[in-house]
Amino acid sequence: MTRAALAILRKDLLVERRTRESVPAMALFSVTVLVLFHFALDRDSLDGALASGVLWVTLLLAAVLGVGRLFASEREEGGMDGILLAPIDRTAVWVAKALALLAYLVVVEVVAVPVFALLLLGPDLVPALPALVVTLVLADVGLAAVGALVAALAAESRARELVATLLFLPLVVPAAVAATAATEPLFAGAQTAAGSGRWLVFLAVYAVLFVLLSVVVLDYLQED
Amino acid sequence: MAVAAAAFAAAGPAQGVSPAVEVRELERSFGERPVLEGVSFDLVAGRTLAVLGANGAGKSTLLRVLAGLLRPHAGSVRVLGAALPEEGWRARARVGLLGHDSGLYRALSPRENLRFHARLHGVGRERVEELIDVVGLGSRSRDPVRELSRGGVQRLAVARAVLHDPPLLLLDEPRSGLDPGAEELVEPLVGRSSGRTRVVVTHDVEGALEECDTALGLLGGRPAFLAPPEALEPAGVRRELYR
Repeated sequence: MTRAALAILRKDLLVERRTRESVPAMALFSVTVLVLFHFALDRDSLDGALASGVLWVTLLLAAVLGVGRLFASEREEGGMDGILLAPIDRTAVWVAKALALLAYLVVVEVVAVPVFALLLLGPDLVPALPALVVTLVLADVGLAAVGALVAALAAESRARELVATLLFLPLVVPAAVAATAATEPLFAGAQTAAGSGRWLVFLAVYAVLFVLLSVVVLDYLQED
Repeated sequence: MAVAAAAFAAAGPAQGVSPAVEVRELERSFGERPVLEGVSFDLVAGRTLAVLGANGAGKSTLLRVLAGLLRPHAGSVRVLGAALPEEGWRARARVGLLGHDSGLYRALSPRENLRFHARLHGVGRERVEELIDVVGLGSRSRDPVRELSRGGVQRLAVARAVLHDPPLLLLDEPRSGLDPGAEELVEPLVGRSSGRTRVVVTHDVEGALEECDTALGLLGGRPAFLAPPEALEPAGVRRELYR
C-alpha cells in the first residue's frame, strides 16, 4: 500500500506544482478573508477567543476549496479508472489524497498564519508558536482525513463540490471547535499548550477516529 | 436478412475450450433506466469480440462491467476465471482498458504518466521506455500531454493500456484519432497481431467485421445479434443497429 500511496501522492503534488489549481487559490482565499476581517472588525488587533475564531474560520473555509479539488485531476482527466484497475489496496488512494490535502493545508498555514499575525493578532505570535504548531498539525490531520473521505464519497456525484462541502463542514465542526478552544489561550498571552490539553487530546482522538473510519468504509466508496 | 439469420449463431462456447470471458444474462441499469439487458456471450482466449451499436446502446457500459468498474445488477460475468464482482480484484490487474477518456494527466509528460501507472502496477522503467519508443513518442516524452496532438494522446493511451502486458484488452474506439502510420504503430500492441483476447467497441462496422472472430450487436442495451463476421453484411448490420 505504501508504494501505491506514495506514487499517487507524488503524482498529485507534481500535478499541483504544474497546474497550481488548489494551493494558490486556498492561500489567496485565506489572505483575502483575513484582510476582510481586518477591515470589517474595525479593530487594530484581536486576542483570545475572537482571534482564535477568526483564524480557524479562515483555515476551515480555505480547506473547503482544497477538498473540492482533491479528486479533480482524476475526475477531469479520467485517471480514476487507471488507478482502480491497478493491483493496489484502495486505501492507498485515500491515504494519498489525505496526505496531499495535509500538505496543501500546511503550505496555506505557512502563508496565512504570518499574515494573520501581521494584520490581526494582538499578542506576540512567536512565544506561542510551538504550541500553535502542535494544534495546527493535530487539527490538520483530522481535517485531511475527513476531507479525503468526503471528497472520495462525493467524487462520482453530479454536484460533487456541493456534496463535498455539505458533508465536510458538519463533520469538521467538532474539530474546528476544539482547535479554536485549544488556540484561544495561546492568543490570550499563554505561551504553552497547558490550558489546551484536553482540546488537543480531543483533536488527536478525532483524527484517529476518522482515519480508522475512513479505512473501514473505503472499499465501498469507489464501487458503483 | 443476413443479421437475423446469423443472430446468436455463435452464442455457445467452443467445446473443451475455457473462455476468457463468460457473460450470462447480464443486466445493468443506471437508476431506473436499464442500459444492458439479457447480454450473453463467451469469448475464447486470443479471440476478438467486436461490439457494435449506436450511441447509448450500452457498449461502453459493457466494457466497464467487464473491467470490474461497474457491478452487474443481474446475471453472471466471469473474466479470466474470476467471477465479478466478488473476485474482481483478481481480474482487474490483468485487464487493459482503453476507454472514452485517455486516463492521462495533461499536466504531466508521457514519461511521467507511464511511470506513474508503472509504479501502480509494479512494472519496471525499461517497459516504460520501450513503450514510449514503440508508440513513437520518444521526441515528445518530456512535453506535457496537453501539448500532444490527438493522435499522440491516443498512442500514449494505448501504451498506458498495455503497460502491464494484460492478457485481456477492453478497447473503446482504439483507432480514434490515429492516422494510418499511427495505426501501424499500435497494431502490435492492441491489434489482432497482439495475440491478446480483445473486446473492441467501435462504430467502424467494416473494420470490426474484418478483424473480429465474433460480433455482438447491441440495440437499446439488448443483444440484436451475436454472430461470426462471415454471417454478417455491413449494410445489414447498419440497418439493424443504426436505423
